[in-house]
Amino acid sequence: MTTATVTGKPDEPVVATRNYLTEEGVTLRSWLLTKDHKRIAILYTLSITFFFFVGGAAATLIRLNLVTPAGIFTPDIYNRLFTLHGIVMVWFFLIPSIPNTMGNFLIPLMIGAKDLAFPRLNLLSWYLYVGAGFLALFAILIGGVDTGWTFYTPFSSLYSNGYVVLALAAVFAVGFSSILTGLNFIVTIHRMRAPGMTWYRLPVFVWSNYATSVIMVLATPVLAITLMLVAVERLLRVGIFDPALGGDPLLFQHLFWFYSHPAVYIMILPGFGVISEIVPCFARKPLFGYKFVVWSSITIAIIGFFVWAHHMFVAGISLYAGLVFSLLSYVIAVPSAIKVFNWTATLHKGWISFDAPMLYALGFIGLFTIGGLTGLFVANLAFDVHVTDTYFVVAHFHYIMVGGMVSAYFGGLHYWWPKVTGRLYPEWWARIAALLIFFGFNLTFFPQFILGYLGMERRYYSYPPEFQVWNIFSSAGASVLAVGYALPFFYLGWSLFRGKRAGSNPWAATGLEWQTSSPPPAHNFDVTPTVTRPPYQYRPEPEPQDV
Amino acid sequence: MSDAPVIPQPEPQYATAEQQADTASFGMWVFLATEVLFFGGMLLAYTWLRATYPEGVAEAGRHTKIVIGSVNTLVLLTSSFTMGWAVHAAEHGSRKALTQLLAVTALLGLLFLGLKGYEYHKEWTEHLVPGLNFHEDSVHAQTIELFYFLYFLLTGIHGIHVTIGIGLIAVMAVRARRGAFSSRYYTPVEVTGLYWHFVDIVWIFLYPLIYLAGRS
Repeated sequence: MTTATVTGKPDEPVVATRNYLTEEGVTLRSWLLTKDHKRIAILYTLSITFFFFVGGAAATLIRLNLVTPAGIFTPDIYNRLFTLHGIVMVWFFLIPSIPNTMGNFLIPLMIGAKDLAFPRLNLLSWYLYVGAGFLALFAILIGGVDTGWTFYTPFSSLYSNGYVVLALAAVFAVGFSSILTGLNFIVTIHRMRAPGMTWYRLPVFVWSNYATSVIMVLATPVLAITLMLVAVERLLRVGIFDPALGGDPLLFQHLFWFYSHPAVYIMILPGFGVISEIVPCFARKPLFGYKFVVWSSITIAIIGFFVWAHHMFVAGISLYAGLVFSLLSYVIAVPSAIKVFNWTATLHKGWISFDAPMLYALGFIGLFTIGGLTGLFVANLAFDVHVTDTYFVVAHFHYIMVGGMVSAYFGGLHYWWPKVTGRLYPEWWARIAALLIFFGFNLTFFPQFILGYLGMERRYYSYPPEFQVWNIFSSAGASVLAVGYALPFFYLGWSLFRGKRAGSNPWAATGLEWQTSSPPPAHNFDVTPTVTRPPYQYRPEPEPQDV
Repeated sequence: MSDAPVIPQPEPQYATAEQQADTASFGMWVFLATEVLFFGGMLLAYTWLRATYPEGVAEAGRHTKIVIGSVNTLVLLTSSFTMGWAVHAAEHGSRKALTQLLAVTALLGLLFLGLKGYEYHKEWTEHLVPGLNFHEDSVHAQTIELFYFLYFLLTGIHGIHVTIGIGLIAVMAVRARRGAFSSRYYTPVEVTGLYWHFVDIVWIFLYPLIYLAGRS
């Protein structure tokens, strides 16, 4: 074997001397031209972390503004802040968050492959992301955009005085980055599995990313063409969205949400995948109802394409269309609920340990459930009329995207940190951060349900004074949340140099990624593994069949 | 016929050359799925326009140059035939036929672009280019402008695809001439062929939507 002890302390696990971090050189050039999926995953992690803090800074300023009813910033600056927050967080953090970092790193490892099917395409995808990111930052720095992340016409195509075309170009380009990633994942999962790795032996993380990739490949091109139409309409004053030109703004909303509702599932399905890995590992039990979890991901990806108009209940669609989309929105809650039930059943009679990844996972289950149940409220036509464009909706989707996806992201980050870096993170600090994030999150967003129900509109820089108390709660929560998000940055950074050596499988987890050394060698496995068992075999012997 | 069994080593992530070939063609199919939705958004916009303003679209359709459009349809369909034939030649390892058929396909693609350019030129002189020089004295002027907006968008993006296709085919022709392919290795030709047929199929949808509207 090619592993050897490099640390002087005899009680620490061995570390692989031959690993992807050093094997192909340590120069900047070797990183920027790498075709290794693991290195590209690291490049993505660094870039999305940067954008997470950019979007987070905007969120901080938004919450600061809302401490007082009159607001601190001018309305124009406030509009630019929430637009910046939305565009950066949706396209430059959430959508690539888990797929492009953990998905990139883990999918080939989990299926026993040496790399993704198209490594050059993978690198191109990162360059598109970075290029688009610079374009977006440039648009922000020279004056910003005030349309909201939804770019509704005719405001975006005629009235807005921001740098709309630049922002549209950035989102257009980042869309192709996500299409290429989705394509790469689909092809890899179909064609690169190790011998014996049948579809039903795939970890749920792989299935979830597969479902996500299908959405990326089929929905993103529609966004691309829609944004292009808006840009042309703005530049040439001819187009199909502006009523003054004979166009129809509802057509824009249909096209936009045809992408952007499925995109919501791009922003949560990979999180389901992470939770489905963490829960069995820290409950020491196989995932309950594996096939149900798998097929609920696929079902969500499919039905997700047929619920988009629930964003438009008050926009002027027909009542019958509203009824159909309302019903379908209820239907999509079923597979989501199946997952929550399955995770809960996995916990039942498990040997649960509360390590940081598990704290995030448990937080995820609770927060996602609240976000999902309030989703049923807004799927209801009558209730939606009451809360459309209020903070109720803001709270609802933040419970899914932040409470859900960001928790899953941090959970996964801690869970696979030892595999990626070969080092353990400091457990105590990680638990503190997980708890801070959970409490900070609830303090930030639960008051927003109440505010929304009472009638506080989103996207306004000011509000009636009677809403101030809840807004102060929310802003106080946001500061706790900010501390919670900043903490990992420090202790994970510390652990890179001082953390204990992890060994190849610190969690005693199943799954091929734990079979290889930490950090893995450049081509992942010295010998292509052969798979003989289903995933999540956490009890060595099958349960005794009691009579 | 020199048919040296040239089979490049598979890239490191693949176990065998067969796996690599199979993966490449599957990748192109997934990419084409993306493309279908890309054009789908524009076709939805077209459908909306035609359903909302049927008379205007009919009048606009009568401004289109049906002779050029029809000849171009013939040209592109023929190029798909020669492309299919080229893949067949590659399967049988006939290097000369492959090179020539690829060259003919690329030339037909260029002819298509040339005719399309001539058509654009005529439309420019007739003041049919929205946003730049559009002028039309008709009660349906606004709809005609929107029709031509979608027309230029659809044919323009299709034209970009044709251009990329010609580039790919030209590269394949050069590689074929140098003997890069054999009956055991011709995946790039096959994948390029898939792409070219897709570009052709898109045109088969565009032709009736653009040229036959309002002409029944």
